[in-house]
Amino acid sequence: MTASISLNLTADVRYVLRIADTCLVHVQRMSEWCGHAPVLEEDIALSNLGLDLLGQSRALLSHAAELEGSGHSEDSLAFLRDERDYFNLTLVEHPLRRGGADFADTQLRCLIVAAWLAPLWQGLWASRDRTLAAIAGKAAKETRYHLEHAGDWVVRLGDGSAESARRMQAALARAWPMVAELFDDDAVDAAAADSGLGPRASALREPWLAIVEPLFADALLALPPDTAFRSHGKRGTHSEHMGYLLAEMQHLQRAFPGGAW
Amino acid sequence: MSATVVAASRIDRAWQVLGSVPDPEVLALSVVDLGIVREVSAAGDGGLDIVLTPTYSGCPATEVIESDIRSALAAAGLGPVRITQRLSPPWTTDWLGADARRKLADYGIAPPCGASVVRVLARNVACPRCSSARTERLAAFGSTACKSLYRCLDCREPFEYFKPI
Repeated sequence: MTASISLNLTADVRYVLRIADTCLVHVQRMSEWCGHAPVLEEDIALSNLGLDLLGQSRALLSHAAELEGSGHSEDSLAFLRDERDYFNLTLVEHPLRRGGADFADTQLRCLIVAAWLAPLWQGLWASRDRTLAAIAGKAAKETRYHLEHAGDWVVRLGDGSAESARRMQAALARAWPMVAELFDDDAVDAAAADSGLGPRASALREPWLAIVEPLFADALLALPPDTAFRSHGKRGTHSEHMGYLLAEMQHLQRAFPGGAW
Repeated sequence: MSATVVAASRIDRAWQVLGSVPDPEVLALSVVDLGIVREVSAAGDGGLDIVLTPTYSGCPATEVIESDIRSALAAAGLGPVRITQRLSPPWTTDWLGADARRKLADYGIAPPCGASVVRVLARNVACPRCSSARTERLAAFGSTACKSLYRCLDCREPFEYFKPI
């Protein structure tokens, strides 16, 4: 068993890892659809979207490794970190094909995340960190395709048959308690905003709503009431699903250290 | 011949060689047509420095392209080659020239309509086989990240469309 790595976690490294890990864990869940989507076109679409997210995550992880400065790589960050050193949003680690979740959860989550990434990439264009700005400039163009694809599906299912509408509304109810975390600030956000690294989480709320509210209206979806529940994946405290996800994702590198093909 | 002239001719030859290295996923286009080779310069050690701008963040062809470029230049006696990636400005289909667009259409892939877009669903994609503008999108995503799938309502043939980005 390969020992986990330990990291020198400055505020900048944490900030970049939050974005990198959110993309990576999101695509890990999306990849579970590969070969199982309801139609071939959608199977291909989810794989395409997943590849973009994986590419974005790889660029961000490589950059985080440089910022961290003790010789880690995108691979060691992805495969040799323990759960508490992952800083993704809790929403993206929840199952998409088990535990009551279905295709509606999948498209809804893709929309929620893309609508969060779109203003984030835009905010990062002005980052004092030019590598981060360059990664964001590239990713922003890809995210537009993601938004359109997921948005079309959310409207189609929400304003579809009675059954599809019921399922989309149920998916929104499942996701909603974890959406609050997308816009919760902490010291890492404050440091990033104050030092010109990138936008704080709370600054993404208005642009996020501006994207999703018209789509939810078209989809005839009612926003669920806010709850007191707060998830904290971005601080390294995860749901019960995260350990299983990492066990699957990291298994090969842990069992065969440095294995490549 | 001065060293500068030698370096300039090496760079010219490198561009020629690169013009014959195909994109592994869109064989009709060379890496130069695609606009991903941003710079070729002579390095101090007698080799070449090449700057590439990748297409999509997750394009699986990126690593293959790098290795194809290395072997093509080595075979032409122009090595060693150092390749660096430049992300900014981000790659855009606006960098496909008229020549590249014609090659795509001849190959059966509709070239991107207009400049990089806000709304993905292009309305006036002409069929690369019969040139009819009566076409419809079948799927937003296709066999590679850069394409979507359309069909012609006149000649009834399906075709791929190189998405603007």
